[in-house]
Formats: sequence, structure tokens, C-alpha cells
Amino acid sequence: MSAILNDETKKVLTTPLVNDNPITLQVLGICSALAVTSQMSTSLIMALALTLVTAFSSAAISAIRNHIPSSIRIIVQMTIIASLVIVVDQILKAFAYDVSKQLSVFVGLIITNCIVMGRAEGYAMKNPPLESFMDGIGNGLGYSLILIIVAFFRETLGSGKLLGIEVFKLTKDGGWYDPNGLMLLPPSAFFIIGLIIWGVRQWKPSQAEKVEFKILSIAHGEGGHH
Amino acid sequence: MPNKCKHIEKLNATLEQYEQYRKFIIYKDKVLALGNDSLEKTIAIAVSLCLVCAVLVSFAAVALKPLQVDNKAADMKKNILDVAGLLEEGADINAAFSDKIEAKLVDLETGDYVEGINADEYDQRKAAKDPAQSILIPKDKDIAHIRVKAKYAKVFLVKEAGAVKSIILPINGYGLWSTLYGFLSLEADGQTVQSINFYDQQETPGLGGEVVNPNWRALWKGKKVYAETDQPALDKGMIGEADIGEPALSLIKGTVDTTKPGSQYQVDGLAGATLTSTGVTNLVRYWTSNEGFAPYLKKVRTVKGVKS
Repeated sequence: MSAILNDETKKVLTTPLVNDNPITLQVLGICSALAVTSQMSTSLIMALALTLVTAFSSAAISAIRNHIPSSIRIIVQMTIIASLVIVVDQILKAFAYDVSKQLSVFVGLIITNCIVMGRAEGYAMKNPPLESFMDGIGNGLGYSLILIIVAFFRETLGSGKLLGIEVFKLTKDGGWYDPNGLMLLPPSAFFIIGLIIWGVRQWKPSQAEKVEFKILSIAHGEGGHH
Repeated sequence: MPNKCKHIEKLNATLEQYEQYRKFIIYKDKVLALGNDSLEKTIAIAVSLCLVCAVLVSFAAVALKPLQVDNKAADMKKNILDVAGLLEEGADINAAFSDKIEAKLVDLETGDYVEGINADEYDQRKAAKDPAQSILIPKDKDIAHIRVKAKYAKVFLVKEAGAVKSIILPINGYGLWSTLYGFLSLEADGQTVQSINFYDQQETPGLGGEVVNPNWRALWKGKKVYAETDQPALDKGMIGEADIGEPALSLIKGTVDTTKPGSQYQVDGLAGATLTSTGVTNLVRYWTSNEGFAPYLKKVRTVKGVKS
């Protein structure tokens, strides 16, 4: 194992988890993070599908990176990614029909997921296939981590369940928990992701963006001429 | 000798193939050695990438097609068995389906059975999209907001000991985000609801999406579809064709008070999903109206029965 996992691969595998997380630091792939996280089961499948697509598309793009004409490089990347996504979609429909029904359009939308494209353009175009593959896996895992955290809160607070198993007994079934309807709607993921980003940047202040401009206080504003 | 000739021909063909292959390799090396931004390489890369990707995608689609078709068919059967109350954990779906359920085509206009088309292979959703097999619904009658309906609807009869036990009607209509597709199962009287289920919908999970919740679906059992007239005998075989009553079933806000008259026509609305609830009311009413299955259900309930 250690022969395969040299320092570079280890780095690309682990840094996207927290230090360079695609969602919390790069703020990519938010759209699907909002859409599929109302349930843990769909989140897990989506995370798995995205991780595989990112890894294999990065590897494929990296393998031909020296021959991709720069004028059509984005469309070459898109073609490879789209083909892989269709294959994943077909496989899900054949072997996990119920899940594919739940995910419906979102599997197809992996094509437009910014993480896949972002890694292809940002990493795979400049690095060898194995590292690119690992980078894809790492970023997929980073995305998965956030998805799982968000889905955990949304499903438990929104429907009192986790993976479809009851954790809080709902008032409508004679229990004590009155579910929070907001948690079932996509905007709640914004709040949760926002809180996660805030938490991570408190913990690792280096992730906070530099202030681009300073709001002048009134006293300074008046004295701004000299 | 003719045999020898054949051998030479074969050899020549192989040689020619090899020659072409060699040319291709030479060309490939030439192209790969070109500058990445040259026009020729750009086109060559684009074409070959498309070829490779097309082969990959078509292979996946074709190879997995039989599995997907089976999945879809099994899923549909599962839903029908579910709405008929015949779904058992672990039981063989195909066997249970062919054992107890018979598909029939109904001409929506006349309410008679259609013969001469294999009902098992008929796809009502596909037919609704085919102008030759569908009817445009006049705007003022289109309360379910579906625009078109298939001429022939595929109903399922649940049989027990030779007699029809329940009738399963395909229904669809617009909710808040999506068209809901489902089945309404009526008892043999064509009036009492046995069950309802929606197998295809994209309503908000947890709110409108609760149309699939078994607890809510259980509320439908025993409800009446048509307003009952004052006529004494409503049993099958005792009423005239015109006396079926208006579609009356609806979802209400809040919980149904079963002590009040008319509660047999009411089902609890879905909390937090007014528009989905309205959509469900509309689609049930649409499909039980004269636009939908009323002509058929009338015949189910009269002496003469349904002609075929």
C-alpha cells in the first residue's frame, strides 16, 4: 500500500477532506448539496456516484492531457464527464432502480457539478493519471463528508428519521417530536452549510478569505481626504 | 484450383486490412506529434474522443437495457399489487401478478373494453404522447392539467375465484412541481375506494411528497368516489346508466370529522402541501368524471355490464 500511496497521493487524498474541502473552502458543488440532502440514503448514493465520476473522469482527462488542444479543452472534459455520468446513471437504473428513481434528475446533473469540472481543469490537466484519480477520490470524499453531515441534520430534524429508521417519534404518530418543515426544503441546507463553513474557518482561521476592502467607519470616512 | 484461390483472396484481404491498420498507426503518430493547437489535431482529437465516448455510452445503454426494462416492469407490477393490497414481502411479484391480476383496455369515451390490442403490451403513458392514440382535453375540462389523455386506458381487474374483486384505474394530474402518476383502486361496486398510490411524483419530500406515506394512504380506504343519490338500491345491477352521481371525493384542510355527514367523501389534506392536495383532489375528480372513467364505471354498475 505504502508504495502506491506516496506523499503526493496521500496529500491529494486527505487535504480535500478539511483543509481544501470542495464545498466549504472552494464553495463548489453547492447546488446538488442542497437538492439531495433531505434524506441520508439519497445523499450516500449521490456522494458515491460523484466520487466515482470525479475520480474516473480526472484519470481519463489526465491520461490524454498532453494531447488536448487548448481551444477545445473544456468541451473535451465535458464529453468525458458526461459519458461517465450517463454510464453511472444507466448502471443505477439497472442495479439500484429504487434509488435511481429517488435521485431522478440529480444523477444527470452530476455533469454540471462544479467539483468534477473544477478538478479536471484545476488538477487533472497538469498531473499524472494516478494522482488525478486519487485527487478525484479525495475531493469526492470531501464532498461526501459535507453531504453526510447536512443530510444527518436535515433528515433527523426534518422527519425524525435517519436512513428511514425512526429516531425521534413524531407527534403525528403519537410521539413528542414536532418536525421542522424548513429542514425538508432546500434552503435549510444553505443554513447548515453556512454554519459548517463558519465553524471550519473558526477552527482554521487560515481558510478565511482576506478582506478585500475595508468598510470605513464614519469618523474615518470624513477624514478620508487627507 | 478454386480452393487455393480462396486462400489467396483471404490472404490479400488480411494484407489489405493490415496495410490500412499500418496507415492508421502512422497517421495517429503523425497527429499526436503535431502541435496541440493545430487545426488537424484539434479535429482528429474531437472526432476520436466522440467515437470512444459514443461507443462507451451506447455499450452501457444497450447492455443494461434488458435489466432496466425488467426493473421498470417489476416496479409497475409492484405498485399495482400494492394498491390492490396484494403485495407481500418476499413473494414473487411476477407470479402474484399473473395469478391474480388481469389487464384490460377501456375506451374512455364509450366505457367499453377494447379488444384486438394486447393489453399487457399497451403503454398508456406512451399512448398519451402519441397524437394518433390520444385526445386533446378541452381547456375548461382539464382540471387535472394534463392537456392530453390516451384514448384507451389500461385498467387492472383483481380477480378472486373468478369474480372481479376490485378495479384499478390509472390516474395522473399536476400537483405543485410535477405530474403525479398513480393508481386508484376501487371495489367491485365502482364506488368505494380500496386504496390509492402514486408511483411517480416529484413533490416536496416531507410535504407534498407525503402522498406516498402509507399512513395517509390508509385514510382513503372506504371513502366514496361519487355523491350518492337518494335512490334506494345502489347495488350493482340495480341502477340505470345515468344515476351514477357526480364525482365528490376531495381532500380537505385539516382532519376529517367522521361524525359529520359527507365525511365519506373527504380525506385529510396533506399538512403544509395545499397545492399538492388540491392537485390530488382535481386529478381524482377528473378521472372519475365523464372525461375519465365515469362511462366505464357506469357500465360496471349496471345490469348489462361492460361490453367488449
